Amino acid sequence: MRRAHILRGAAGVAGAVVVAELVSRTGLVDPDSLPPASVVLWRAAELVVDTEFLTDVANTLKAWLGGLLLATVVAVAAGVVLSSTPWLNRATRIVVEFMRPIPSVALIPLAIVTFSSPTETKMSLVFYAASWPILINTLYALRDVDPVAKETMRSFGFGKTSVLVRVSLPSAAPFVATGVRIAAAVGLVVVVSTELVAGAGEGVGGYLMETQSGGGRPDLMLAGAVWAGLLGLLINTALVAMERRAFRWHTVRTAATA
Amino acid sequence: MLEVENLTHAYGDAPPVIVGIDLEVKPGELVSIVGPSGCGKSTLLRCVAGLQSPTGGRVLLDGKPVDKVPGNLAVVFQDYSRSLFPWMSVRDNVALPLRRRGLGRAERREASGKALESVGLADAGAKYPWQLSGGMQQRVAIARALAYRPEFLIMDEPFGSVDAQTREDLEDLLLRVRGDSGMTILLVTHDIDESVYVGHRVIVLSRSPGRVRADLPVGLPSARDQITTRERPEFVHLRAEVGRLVRGHETPADPAS
Amino acid sequence: MSVLTSERPSGERHGEPGKRGRRGAPALALAILTGAAARLWLIVLLTAGWEVGTRIAKDPFFPPPSTILRVMHEIWFSGPVSQLLLTDKAIDDFRPSFINLFGGWSLAAAGGVLLGIVIGRSRAVGEILDPLLQFGRSIPPPTLIPFFIVILDLGTPMQVTTIAFGVVWPVLLNTIDGVRTVDSLQLQTARVFDITGAQRLRRIILPAAAPKIFAGLRVSLGFALILMVISELIGSTTGIGAHLINSQQSLELPEMWAGIVLLGLLGCLFNAIFVLVERRLLSWHRGARRLDS
Repeated sequence: MRRAHILRGAAGVAGAVVVAELVSRTGLVDPDSLPPASVVLWRAAELVVDTEFLTDVANTLKAWLGGLLLATVVAVAAGVVLSSTPWLNRATRIVVEFMRPIPSVALIPLAIVTFSSPTETKMSLVFYAASWPILINTLYALRDVDPVAKETMRSFGFGKTSVLVRVSLPSAAPFVATGVRIAAAVGLVVVVSTELVAGAGEGVGGYLMETQSGGGRPDLMLAGAVWAGLLGLLINTALVAMERRAFRWHTVRTAATA
Repeated sequence: MLEVENLTHAYGDAPPVIVGIDLEVKPGELVSIVGPSGCGKSTLLRCVAGLQSPTGGRVLLDGKPVDKVPGNLAVVFQDYSRSLFPWMSVRDNVALPLRRRGLGRAERREASGKALESVGLADAGAKYPWQLSGGMQQRVAIARALAYRPEFLIMDEPFGSVDAQTREDLEDLLLRVRGDSGMTILLVTHDIDESVYVGHRVIVLSRSPGRVRADLPVGLPSARDQITTRERPEFVHLRAEVGRLVRGHETPADPAS
Repeated sequence: MSVLTSERPSGERHGEPGKRGRRGAPALALAILTGAAARLWLIVLLTAGWEVGTRIAKDPFFPPPSTILRVMHEIWFSGPVSQLLLTDKAIDDFRPSFINLFGGWSLAAAGGVLLGIVIGRSRAVGEILDPLLQFGRSIPPPTLIPFFIVILDLGTPMQVTTIAFGVVWPVLLNTIDGVRTVDSLQLQTARVFDITGAQRLRRIILPAAAPKIFAGLRVSLGFALILMVISELIGSTTGIGAHLINSQQSLELPEMWAGIVLLGLLGCLFNAIFVLVERRLLSWHRGARRLDS
């Protein structure tokens, strides 16, 4: 059964490549706009040894990772502090509900004029955009910690810190991890967007803008998008795998109650 | 009405769950099926309802083989919270199957109103199922089946998820339905008292693989009562016998014979 | 197949059902007031701090909020009553943005739900398309903007395509998941009562999948606003995003801030409207869930 699944998936990918190849080769769509799949895949393969492209990818990932890590630390800490001070928590909730829907990319022009270095610009924007999902998931998860578990700890004479470390944080961790995964995807969107707007040959977005301004090379653009997609897929898969490993107890429990 | 011949079913390569089941239900009869847990009661029922094709044997309803869910058949499932649709009001839940009967809007409304009234829920039509108690929800499921006017009603542990008091009320409701409608009813239960109390006949299945172990007529008068019926020696005797069969002991030979 | 939504631990959102009881009207009013104060003081404090801080710092990049509001009023909301107080510039800026936003979102919603139903009903089709869907949703949508600019040129078609492609994934994946995970007993019940074909789709499968579909639609609406802004920042001469980048390039910082605040307000507004509609349509779901937990 598992094998049938993989075979079908492979057939789907092969079929899509063949169709994309054919519509372009037969002239069903203009090959100048949509180059044949084989050409795009070949360009994508060439990009692996293109040092310029690799530097761009590294630049993008550096800013993304920096912003994401910073956001994780700050948002989780903020979530813990807010959750332990109810009067502050109540007032914060409405601020969070207001700030969260603000499209982070609206801040790109501001960040560009405020920060001098492109990496700083990108990192601060990723930090801003990534903080919200993590903070919100932390807040909700800490609020929903099973009170029986907390009271059990307290009945054995444990103090506030022990309850936090041994009960609240572990039981909130899976939801925080989900927040980080969402934040990772959002961060990737923001970092590429910033590069596209800044356009100064910086990162993957800069690379794509250059290929566009140079008369338009759809094959290179699509090759870049293929890598961006694979990268996104890789990041998501890695995070999901880590969650599965770290929170096996959680998946077992939710499966049992579902 | 219903004939089951040599019915056998196995899931995949696993050993069969039921083997060589033969049984017959006459029109207007209420037959209870009891057995230890895991004896394939629900599998038997799903085969009879046409929800599952058996791997061997056949099911005949009115002389015709059952290969899909027959149109004159309704099922009441144990898990009312999942078999009632939470996005529809109680009335719409009851009226939904009537669309397939080609009834107009007004007729559907009237039929669902009547069915709800007959289970004592005349006022609950506008509510949602999840606003009702468990017992009331199962009444809605029964009303839905009644409104559909099937000739043959299948009930899969219908009172398994309600408390004891509600259970008795619902048993009496079932007896009333049996008397009023003349429907043929097949009831699967794990409750021995219940199988005797509501049934014309009790069929006992053996531990897995399920086979028919006994087919016992219930020699009680039609009018039954939760207190007095259960006191009758016939009742006490029969439930003891069913109990022994379910637990797998042979009935000790009657010293008189 | 995991689903992209803002997954949160379950539980009801706003607790405290209010112990009102038989208190008199003044006491009730007082309770509401103190409740509001407990929630709102921080936002007032933060705004005041922002105002005071920016006035003291006198940094041209960070105008005080009162200035931002004044500029917002001047450039967008000081029009004639016949235009609902909107200025001509407001209409010029908002119209293309809204057309892009809702055009792209509606396309994605319709396509995502339709495709999702087809894919969700067939396991084989789902398995064939699974890797492609996973790949497609992993592409950060802005990376395709340069490509869309080349093949579609600047303008509404490019922006609508960008938004539709970018936001279709949450709707599509959530619809597939919702349709695929309809309760088996609900489907059996439908079979028993001979509810098939279009009836089954309309009355059983779609309502059962609706909570997940709506979650996808909500995520994609927020995403559509982001993509609207970014596509206008890069490839447009009209719209709110274009206003933003133009005022940045001519260093009209209060105008730029006005754009940021406006987009923030729009984000809140769209989200609030969506939540209201969802609550109305899915009231059964919230009711049923509350009892489950």
